[in-house]
Amino acid sequence: MAPRVALFATCLGDRLFADACADAVRLLRHLGVTVDFPSAQTCCGQPAHNAGFVAEARRMARHTLGVFADAEYVVLPSGSCAGMLRHTFPGLLHGTDAQRARALAERTFELSQFMVQVLGVTEVGHGLRGRRVAYHHGCHALRSLRVHDEPLALLRGAGAEVLPWRADEECCGFGGMFSVKLPVVSAGMADRKLDTLPAADVVTSADGGCLMQLSGRARHRGDATSFRHLASLLWEAAS
Amino acid sequence: MSEANPGGYARAATEAIRRHPEVRAAVTAATHTFDSHRVEAWSEIDPDRWRDWARDVKQHVLTHLDRYLEEAETRLARRGAHVHWAENDAEAVDLLARITARHGVKRVVKAKSMLTEELGVNASLEARGIHVRETDLGEYIIQLLGQPPSHIVGPAIHLSVDDCRRLFNERFGTPLDATPDALAATAREALRADFLAADLGISGGNFLTADTGTLALIENEGNIRLSTSAPRIHVAFVGIEKLLPRLTDLSCFLQLTSRNATGQAIGNYVSLITGPRRPGEPDGPEELHVILVDNGRTRVLADDTAWEALRCVRCGSCLNICPVYRQTGGHPYGYTYSGPIGAILAPGLLGLEEAMPLPFASSLCGACADVCPVRIPIPDLLLYWRERAVEAGLVPAVERAGMKAYATAATHPALFAAAGASLRYLPWEMGGRALPVLGQWSGERAPPEFSATSFRALWREGIE
Repeated sequence: MAPRVALFATCLGDRLFADACADAVRLLRHLGVTVDFPSAQTCCGQPAHNAGFVAEARRMARHTLGVFADAEYVVLPSGSCAGMLRHTFPGLLHGTDAQRARALAERTFELSQFMVQVLGVTEVGHGLRGRRVAYHHGCHALRSLRVHDEPLALLRGAGAEVLPWRADEECCGFGGMFSVKLPVVSAGMADRKLDTLPAADVVTSADGGCLMQLSGRARHRGDATSFRHLASLLWEAAS
Repeated sequence: MSEANPGGYARAATEAIRRHPEVRAAVTAATHTFDSHRVEAWSEIDPDRWRDWARDVKQHVLTHLDRYLEEAETRLARRGAHVHWAENDAEAVDLLARITARHGVKRVVKAKSMLTEELGVNASLEARGIHVRETDLGEYIIQLLGQPPSHIVGPAIHLSVDDCRRLFNERFGTPLDATPDALAATAREALRADFLAADLGISGGNFLTADTGTLALIENEGNIRLSTSAPRIHVAFVGIEKLLPRLTDLSCFLQLTSRNATGQAIGNYVSLITGPRRPGEPDGPEELHVILVDNGRTRVLADDTAWEALRCVRCGSCLNICPVYRQTGGHPYGYTYSGPIGAILAPGLLGLEEAMPLPFASSLCGACADVCPVRIPIPDLLLYWRERAVEAGLVPAVERAGMKAYATAATHPALFAAAGASLRYLPWEMGGRALPVLGQWSGERAPPEFSATSFRALWREGIE
């Protein structure tokens, strides 16, 4: 039986990385996965949770739990939102909701994590041969999900050269509401990333929020750097 | 007490980044160096096991603090130390004032101590006409500049070597191209006179072991040993959370603190002080006073969540790894303790309202939790204080209204889809006045690039 994945596009993915979400669907189908898109999905509640609005976050978490209750797997093109489902939901919800959240957490994966850990795939094609890629580790993929090697293995498996970047594990400065509450500090953090960037053809990450921050700052500075979501690069490699 | 002003954080941080890029450069370079030393020092031990153990010991001592404090007091007194209890900063400096008055103290030398910064000890001494000299090189430099420390371990971390060259040139006439060693030698010479003339030495305390009544002090310069042994009186300010059950616990804590702070297996000097000079001993102070300070700590201890912050050993490694701290150094935080640990200590020790907005001065990247030697769950505690701030009505009304509306939309899919579709039409480029909260995006970044078609629409059309 083909694994069945409910794609959680996430609020940012839906509006800012629609093509990357579509590429994630293509990639998963290419790997023999059946993909659903439960249409009642909205936002996981992380923006509210991280800003201290716990009651609001709980409402949103309960909604998300309901939407994905029957999914065999939930896959997100975001380490940050996947971290919210896997690590925050169980503690945020109470009673039977908490039990259901724990069960959901075990079936929830960030895209590259799902591909490597569940599907056992590290080669999706070789279409990135000769491409010099800088990979930004989103904080929650890295420290909440402990996903580090998976995206790198997929990129290398696709033929890309992943360049050393000394700030690759440092925060880009997005942090949800942080980016608008302390915009200058947030931008300074993005500058640190951009100032240390190696001469890559493209910068990629598993997280749309980080890419929005980094590309927004790069365009503001007039940098010509190209940014693409990991799902799009991997689909390019496969197709 | 010292002047705390966390409320000015946003403005001060913004100004620091815009007007003082050299501070950002100095702090970024120094913290990366500190952290790379920690990584190296961790490679020689099994850090996870050490940290688990250190966490458990601290957790144990904090849950039995009453017992251990009494034990420490008894042991200290038995060895001839005077033990005092200070509930707050005013009591702490008052106890010191009584000691200095009784002995007619005119000159004080000080070892580096963050607690004395928290209590405002220097200002209180100076107000009574007593000369105070900081003897740690970094502290000495910022004392000459009239600045507070900007880092728990490296108080002058925001300064470059050139800043120090200029300062020493003005004060001592050293050449503008003097080597760091030459600057240190100049400071050493100036400080020697202060050590010899001092009537009283002040220190903090890294640890206080209950079973022996031993005060442990870690340092690299030898100034703490001199400050605590040359003058005839030694006064140590020790936070009540600094207790350890046993002397043998130091074998782990001295190393772990040093490895995290500076990457050393252990500091160059460790002083274990158990009582004043005894008959027949050649040196050491005639009197030892240990002032055990609460200053908000029992209030934090009573908080089921926040109390975990009291495990802190002040190694500064969470500052070193923090990308937010690296932008500015510690001054904009407006509090003795800056960086991640400052952002969770301030609400507990100062009160949440006064500590605002420090719990929000973090992107929640989580790097701090990965390095903390006593495994304080710093991001969780930041979230805890944020939740409390929302409950207490300490966040802007517009943010509150926006978040409530967002949650309502997110629990009504049709409404959420409609609201999402309208996002691209917001006046992103017009800044915070036209677009409250979200408009702050555009001052520093190009507007978000919305997809031409939302994913949900692409899905409906069918993805090939």
